[in-house]
Parts: sequence; C-alpha cells; structure tokens
Amino acid sequence: MSDDEANDALTYDQARWTADETRYEPLLSEKDTTAVDIEDSPLPDDLTRDSLELPALSEPELARHYTRLSQMNYGVESGPFPLGSCTMKYNPKFTEDVAALPAAGVHPARSERSVQGTLELYYHLQDYLGRIGGMDAVTLQPPAGAAGEYTGILVAKAYHEANGEDRSEVVVPAGAHGTNFASAALAGYDVLELPASEDGRVDLDALDAAVGEDTAALMLTNPNTLGLFERDIREIADIVHDAGGLLYYDGANLNALLGRARPGDMGFDVMHYNVHKTFATPHGGGGPGAGPVGVTEELAPFLPSPHVRPADGAGDGLAFELYDPDQSIGKVHGFHGNWLVLVKAYAYIARLGDTGLADASAKAVLNANYLAEQVDYEIPFGPFHHEFVASAGEQDAADAAKRMLDYGVHPPTTKWPEAVPEALMTEPTEVETKRSLDQLAAAFNAVAGEDAETVEDAPRRTSARRIDQVAAARTPRLSWQALED
Amino acid sequence: MTGNDTRGSPYAPHTDAETAAMLDAVGAGTEEALFDIPDPVHFDGEFDIDSRSEREIRAELRRLLGRNDDLTEFLGRGHYDHYVPSLVDHLADRSEFLTSYTQYQPEVAQGFLQVLFEYQSLLVELTGLDVANCSMYDAATALGEAATLSQRVRSVSGDRALVPELLADGRREVLENYASGVGMTVETYPMTDGTADVAALEGITDDDVAFVYAETPTVRGAIEERLAAVGAVADAHDALFCLGSDPVALSLLERPADVGADVVVGDASTLGMGTAYGMGLGMFACREDYLRQVPGRLVGAGEDASGRRAYTLTLQTREQHIRKERATSNICTNQAWVALRAAIHAAWLGPDGLVELAEDCVRAAESLAARVDDVRGVQAPVHDRHHFREFCARTDQPAPAVVADLEAEGFAVHAVDDHLVQICVTDTTADRTDGFVAALREVAR
Repeated sequence: MSDDEANDALTYDQARWTADETRYEPLLSEKDTTAVDIEDSPLPDDLTRDSLELPALSEPELARHYTRLSQMNYGVESGPFPLGSCTMKYNPKFTEDVAALPAAGVHPARSERSVQGTLELYYHLQDYLGRIGGMDAVTLQPPAGAAGEYTGILVAKAYHEANGEDRSEVVVPAGAHGTNFASAALAGYDVLELPASEDGRVDLDALDAAVGEDTAALMLTNPNTLGLFERDIREIADIVHDAGGLLYYDGANLNALLGRARPGDMGFDVMHYNVHKTFATPHGGGGPGAGPVGVTEELAPFLPSPHVRPADGAGDGLAFELYDPDQSIGKVHGFHGNWLVLVKAYAYIARLGDTGLADASAKAVLNANYLAEQVDYEIPFGPFHHEFVASAGEQDAADAAKRMLDYGVHPPTTKWPEAVPEALMTEPTEVETKRSLDQLAAAFNAVAGEDAETVEDAPRRTSARRIDQVAAARTPRLSWQALED
Repeated sequence: MTGNDTRGSPYAPHTDAETAAMLDAVGAGTEEALFDIPDPVHFDGEFDIDSRSEREIRAELRRLLGRNDDLTEFLGRGHYDHYVPSLVDHLADRSEFLTSYTQYQPEVAQGFLQVLFEYQSLLVELTGLDVANCSMYDAATALGEAATLSQRVRSVSGDRALVPELLADGRREVLENYASGVGMTVETYPMTDGTADVAALEGITDDDVAFVYAETPTVRGAIEERLAAVGAVADAHDALFCLGSDPVALSLLERPADVGADVVVGDASTLGMGTAYGMGLGMFACREDYLRQVPGRLVGAGEDASGRRAYTLTLQTREQHIRKERATSNICTNQAWVALRAAIHAAWLGPDGLVELAEDCVRAAESLAARVDDVRGVQAPVHDRHHFREFCARTDQPAPAVVADLEAEGFAVHAVDDHLVQICVTDTTADRTDGFVAALREVAR
C-alpha cells in the first residue's frame, strides 16, 4: 500500500497538523503571559509571594487552544485502540451525564445522614462487584488498579500478621503486569519472579519450588498477559494455600471472563477490579480510574475504612452507614476514592446486566480470535481469550507500531510480555465491528509486508513525526520555564 | 431499543450474521467454544443484575441520589469547592481527551501531552521548584509518596517522619500505610494556636528524622507563618522538608522554594473538580536533585524527526513497567484527566483571576469569622492567625448538637470536638453566608 492509498483508508488523519506549520499549537506561555505583582493583599507582605507570572488569555482563545490540542490526540472514538491489557472499549455517553448529576457531587465530609443516596449507590456497587467477582466483600476506596493491588497486598499482610505470621515474599509470574512487582515491593515485600512454562502458563513444578513458609501471596491474572487461561488454577490455588499463602487476582483481564468464571470460585482470596477497563469508564488520558478490591470473608475485617453497609435502622433510622472494619488497614485514599468513576461503572453494569456482561465477554473473545485469524504475523501459544500476542518477527515491534499509526489505527501494546519476541499485544475488545477488525488486520498486514526503511521512518501522517525519546530523557525539559533556559 | 430486552451488550455492534461469519472464520461452532475454561471453575450461576435502559438508569440514579439532603456545604478540612467554569466541562469532555489512554504513543497524543506539560509548568511557577509530575491520586497519597522519596534520596539513614499533630485523618492514615512499606514510623510534632510549634519541633528532631511535613494553610485553615523556620529545622538534620498546600493558596502565599521546601504536595483538585465526594488530584513538585527518584509520570519536551518540538513521557526507566520492583512508585493509572481540568481552570482564571480568588479566600474567611463572632454563644476565629477559606469557632453549646441543628436548617459544617466547629467558605458559598449566620444565631444560643 502506498502512502496515498494508506491515506484513503485512514479513519483518523492527524497529518493536517504537520502539513501547515502555522497550525502547530504553541504553548499558552508563548502566546501571552502576565506577571501580577502581589500588593495590597489582605495579608502581610512576609506571608505572600512577590509576583505570579502565568498565561493570560481570553476564553475564546483558550477554547481554540484546547480544541486544537484535542484534535492532536487519539481516543477510543477516533478509531480502533487495541492496546493489550488496557481494555480500551467505547465509553457510553449517558454515564457521563449521570455522573454529572448535581447530587453526585457532595463533600466527602458530609454526615452519613445527609448522604444516604450516595451511600446506597456505594453499597449497590460493592454488592454488584462482589457478585461479578465471586467475592464476599468489596471496598471501592482504591483510586486506581495499582492502588487496588497495593491495598490488596496490605490486606493480605495484615491478615498474616493477625495470624502471627511473618511472611516476607510475594511471588509474581515473569509476564505479569509491572505494577504487581512494584505494588508488592512498595508494601515491603521481596518479590520472587516465577518463570513461565513452555506453554506460556504457570509451571506447577516451578511454583511448588517457589512457595514456602515465606510466601505471603501469589499475584496472578487469569487469563494471563498472553491471553491464556490458567487451566490449572485449582492446583495453583492448592499449592499456594497449602504453603499458607494467599492467592491475589489482578483484575486487568476480567473482561474475558464475565459470566463464565469468577475469581472467587477459582480459589482467589483477594482481587482488584479495574472499573475503567472492564466496566467501560473513560481512561482519561491515563486516569482517573478506580481499583475496588474484593476479598473473601476471612479477609473482610482488614479492608480499608470506612466501609459501607446497610444500617440496622433501629436507632436513628439510617438505611446505610459507614463503619470501620474490626482490623482495618486504615485508609488508602484521603477520602472515598474516585467517586465519579464509580458512578459511571455502576451505570454501565446496570445498563448491561447479566446478559450484557456475558455478551461483552463473548464478543471480546470472538473479536480477538477473529482478528488473530486475519493477522499475518506469527502468534505463538493458544488458545487465547480476549487478547493475543503476535510477534513482529524480524521487525522491531516499536517500529511496526509507529507504522501502524500511518494507517489511521492505534497500535497494540509493544515489546511485552517478553515471552514473545517483538511482542504486539493486541486486545480489540467487544466494541469493534467486523469491518473495523478487517481494517485493523489490513493495517497489521500492510506493515508486516513492508521493508525496514519504510517502517523505521514511520510515522509520517501524524501530528508529530517520530519523537526521539532517548534524547528527551537525556536532557529533561519538563516545563516551559525549562525551555527558556 | 428500550433496553429491557437487551439480548447482549448494547455496545457490542455485531449483527447475528456477522457473529456467524466470524465464528465460521475462526472455526468455532459457538461463542462458548472459544472459552478455554475447565468445568470445575466454570461459572454457571447468575449475577442477578437486571439490565436497564438508559432512561431507567438515569431515573434510578436521580431518585437514589435524590435521597441526599440538599445542604449548603461550609465544609473543608482538605477538600474544597470552587466554581468550575463551563469551559472546563466542555473542553475536558471532548472525547479525544476523555477516552484516550496513557500517552505511550506520543506521536498521536501530542494534545494531551502538551496539556500535561502546561500543567507541570503551572506547578513549577506556583511552587518555584524545578520539577512537577503530571499527577498523583490525591494529597494523602502524594504525601505518602513524598515520605517514601525521603528514603531514596537522603544521604544519611533514618526512619522517622514528623507531621503536624493536627492533620486530616485521611492524610495521616494513608501516610502510615505508605511509610510502613519502607519501614518508616510516623510521629507528630505539637502545634500552637493552629500552626507549628517550631521550638517543640526542633526539640524532637534528630538525625533519625528523614522527613518533616508542614502545611499551609493548616487543617484548621490557618496560614502557617513560620515555614522558613520549619524548613531550617529539617535542613539542619538533612531531612526532606515537604510542604502541603494547593494551587489556589500558592497563587498568593509565599513560594515554597523561598521557604526551603524540597517537595510540595497537596490537592490540586481545588481547580477544575468540585466536591465529587472527595475525588482528588495529587500535586507533586520537587527540586531537580530528586528528578530520577520522582514518583509518577513526567512529560518532557523533545524533538521529532523533522526537528520540531514535540512532547513525550520521559524518564520512564523509573516506572513500574520498566523497573518493576525497583520502580520509584507503582503508579500506572494516575489522574491525568483531572490534571487537564485543573490546567484549563487555571488558564481560564489567568494570573489575575488566581490571585483574586486566593485573596477572596482570605477575605471571605476573615469576614465570616467576624460575623460568626458576633453571634451570641460563639467565638471565632479560635486561632489568632490569618486564615484561608476556613476557621474554627468555639461554641457554648455542644458542637455536635450545633452541627446537627445547622444541618436541619440546611447547612453543613464540621464538628471538630466537643465545643469546636469548623467553617469553610469559598466563592461557591459566599452568597449564602447571610442565611448561615442567621441559622447559627438560632441554634447556638
């Protein structure tokens, strides 16, 4: 495919930004700044700064500035966004509206009595997530998936300590999300990396050898990052439990299982949910998300405070109340987590219900399998669920990804997991049509057939050409003030 | 479609014919055949969650949230409501921003990267420090990350973190959870009249102190007058001096760099966010010396292949997806879109608007305190300090009863202890103070 032909196929073309230098968007500070001297303030001089210098522009100018910047950005509504493990699916519009209801925005320090509606919604979402994950109790407080991991590990740690056990190690499969390692380390654990077996799954013998009296937990996602279901999950759970450890479920891949399997039924003791993935709340360019944590009955006393439960209604007539679990780890967020994200997740779950949730998984898995069937790159391992990892082979995966941008689609996650050389980790989600999957496959296959020079020179049809990230890191310039130096 | 009869996900666009064609292409008879789940763990039950239509869910949530009382909130203590201009909602809701991902492909994410670069620049101007990251979850987690930073950058060992005895509960508890992971203990230093007791702080600081934290305004709404002295105590023991504040306050108050702050944390959700039941935006800025130990993401300016300035996530070798257990934090999803909202709000205000808003936070608190002091049975402000947004008042009547009675009159304030209430006023409530004072007059006698 020539660039002209590629251009015809584009659903999303940012090239207009490079074609015309004058449409390049300057920094606000390059347009206009004003220095305000602080004088005649209601405070004595020694408590105030001398001046403040910042951009000063009119509302119309700002509206254009941010609109242009938005046009230089690719979102789920711009085109396919098959980032493996990120579950970039369409975010329904109406959930934005319900989260914007005036009553959704109350101060976090309000009395229980005055926020009974908020607490009821909070409780219903705890309950929904518990049913979906097969968990006995759920906290909504962690403000992101990794914050959920951290919370879950702190809960596990508190559980062991309450049992008089001092366990120092968390076991994590080599291909796991990097956050698993970092969260366990942040909680003060030594991290033991578990090599995968030849079929891309947990090696039971290696696991058996790895766990012991020091093991606090095994952190696992299922399906794993290769999209493979850990079929031996019951045996895995037995090995970990027999050693006295707990089994932690990373919910990043839960979209593959809705209505088909539940972490609680598989033997997991603690899990986090990525509501911004599975339950279609917007990723917001990197956040906010929310990372509710579900646990079994044994671990429930250790959940963060406060927790929400129905009140007995006897004394003061409250329907729902906040309380501190007996052996709570305390707080993991200053208030109640990323509330508006949780409202959106509730609305999404309510919209889909049992049948919709199960269908979402069915179509996500179908889409991944269909796309894999059309892609020319080699795809080792299988059978896979909602995502697959293709190998760019002789090509550099990062280069291949840049070239895909020229075909108007967002590329997959690259270079990870390491089990596949030059990995292209691809998760189309359920929201893509057959037609857009065909378009995505065409982009894959066009790039697969191209010579090294073409691929290495990509992208050419985006608002910026290839960015030298090594140079940017060598000379960090992290603010407009630093640009002036 | 009404929605009740949903056969599947309304957002999965497949027609029956397409599903059949795709199943055929992959050689599967049914969708179920694609699931590689062994029987013992196969879930055959129901969640018992009914599918509802958009219209029904809107009505349900309106009804549910309608059970919240309609109160005018004079509440603060770490979370503040300022008017958010319409421009913020409309621009931030553009789907290219809202539905995008972390900027791992910078060539198609220049817009968001530039906004985050501008957000970082805003914090650099406000703090006077060299480096700001592009968001943490909230003030409490930013404080926790700052404490763990002290363990990575300090030249001498030591595991004590000192924080003010008066500190929002959430901040203290979150800090303890972060501190415990790196083996730090959290201790408090005394306060006098709502601000730091510097002499007492000096008395308990030794070389085992790795981290000293102060806030301005403090949790009592008092402007901290001796920040430089607190910084000097920390400096004398090579401890990290961390200052907590927010971008509106910093538009007017002393520059953190000028009082010796090594790190600034706080909640930047005072811009762009509203109450949102406590959803936050963690602010984090520090001196350049700590650049390679900063938690969270950084956006940097570089060049693209055509030599033009372009932005990219940078110094990613600190991050969890590369360094795994040796990462500077576990941050993956952060609060990028909330930072975008704060940046737009700040740009809308401009320097004049920010300074004016901050000055109003001082004037409104002082003026309301004076009016509250006129109410029989109430003395305000309790602390002989300058105040920002909020202040404490002593009540002759038990504070919990005063707070409950005020709630019945439609106003929310904090009960701090038996005879202390805390009152916060901002631009969103300034026009309701007459009614509030009248209600207080009724309930405080």
